Amino acid sequence: MRSFFLICGVILFLVPAAFTQDAEALLKKVRARIEQVHDYEATGVMKTNVPFLKVPVADVMVYFKSPDKLKIKNEKGISLVPKGASSMSLNSLMANNQFTAIAGKPEKLNGITVQVIKLLPMDESAEVVLSTLYIDEAREVILKARTTTRENGTYEVELQYGKFLAYALPDKAVFTFNLKEYKLPKGITFDYDDGSEKKTRSSTMDSNKGQLEITYNTYKINKGVADSVFK
Amino acid sequence: MWALLQIELFKIFRRPRTYISFAAIAAMVLIVQVALKADGVSYLEFLMGGMKDSMEIPYEVVLNGYLVCFIILNLLLIHVPLLVALVAGDSIAGEANMGTLRLLLTRPISRTKFMLTKFAACVIYTVMLLVWMALLSLVVSIALFGTNDMIITRNDVVEQLQRSDILWRYIAAFAYAAVALTTVAALAFLLSVFAENSIGPIVSTISIVIVFTILSEMQIPLYDKTVKPWLFTSHMLAWKGFFYSKSNGEGQSIAGSIENLPAVMRSLGVLLGYIVLFVGSAVLIFRKKDILS
Repeated sequence: MRSFFLICGVILFLVPAAFTQDAEALLKKVRARIEQVHDYEATGVMKTNVPFLKVPVADVMVYFKSPDKLKIKNEKGISLVPKGASSMSLNSLMANNQFTAIAGKPEKLNGITVQVIKLLPMDESAEVVLSTLYIDEAREVILKARTTTRENGTYEVELQYGKFLAYALPDKAVFTFNLKEYKLPKGITFDYDDGSEKKTRSSTMDSNKGQLEITYNTYKINKGVADSVFK
Repeated sequence: MWALLQIELFKIFRRPRTYISFAAIAAMVLIVQVALKADGVSYLEFLMGGMKDSMEIPYEVVLNGYLVCFIILNLLLIHVPLLVALVAGDSIAGEANMGTLRLLLTRPISRTKFMLTKFAACVIYTVMLLVWMALLSLVVSIALFGTNDMIITRNDVVEQLQRSDILWRYIAAFAYAAVALTTVAALAFLLSVFAENSIGPIVSTISIVIVFTILSEMQIPLYDKTVKPWLFTSHMLAWKGFFYSKSNGEGQSIAGSIENLPAVMRSLGVLLGYIVLFVGSAVLIFRKKDILS
């Protein structure tokens, strides 16, 4: 009887430890792939889907510099970018080693089996409270990341890979973020009331959520990006 | 008729008070431009208050000539009707006050022609005032603030228009504003027929515009479907309709589109109807009027 409890105890102690070791090993591999890109300058097309915004589809330049600088610029006009969009660059989630990785259960994401890994920051006062990564083990890339912050709610980024898989850079990134309500008094805006009923957005998206979608066309990787770009 | 129109225009532009309107518009536009140049970001922070919690707003490029012009028009197109009333309200009553009306009507022209010429002169003055305003608010703002995409804040939506998709909207909006201001001129012109002194029609027109504007902006269900659709002031704001673009259902605006063009055209029709009603009534009444002054 005593040996039974001993075996159970060993299993209960060792199995999670083994999972965590696997998680850390996988994370290390993913991180190594991400960290081979020190900087990039990408061109892409940006679509913004925010319930209170009507903006045109824009051709944008996306600049990144390790560890966590990201800038989205519309060269021909103005780009309204959501707060927290810098977490679209996955480097920022793993910018330092100050977190504990905990393995979750594997899940299916768009038909692909993914390993779920939660990152808990060691710094209790950090802005990020929890990051959850959904990793495609076979390709060693992150397909989805959900970040819960202290001040700005939860962000989610979904990534699709193709031409730039070798650098773990996505062809398409969809960033979902929280929104606060927008309303201005009519006495300030003096809107023209055309008498029509207000149409609701056909999208099935939650009205408190917004989405930013960037489809990347080209990347210039590790060619250097000036710091002045990020000012 | 052309000679008569020239005489009327000469009379309008000979009076120093005609230029008060031009000076007032220049002063108002300049004051707004200087204020926005000095601290436009604070104003934008107030306007976009609800949005800045969710989005990063590059205020320094959002504040550009196109937006400054839109802000100016938003502020001034409520006040410019008052300046239009100064001339249109004076057109018949002023002649009566000076005792020249009977003298004018002794000339071999019909009363209808006389009235239409007077009104045409008022329309030309109104258009010139608007062109002056367009020059100052658009051209000078572009010179001072440059150009970029325009972001306009509505009651519940924020619109972004591409730089290349703006100028035609301003041309359409100014053309619409000309019709809107002509409606006010027509009202003042009608009231001018009844008075022997220009103060009465000018003050009456200003009062009507103020009361109707308040009614147009009030959010009271009782008025929304009954009174508001018939007030010309509700339709005067339709110039803004040219800056409301259609969206593809997923939040992306469509370049070159107008959200509700039929509504803007309906509003235009209402204003044109009022112009015909006011001017037609003025002509009919004047034709039957016993001119004693």
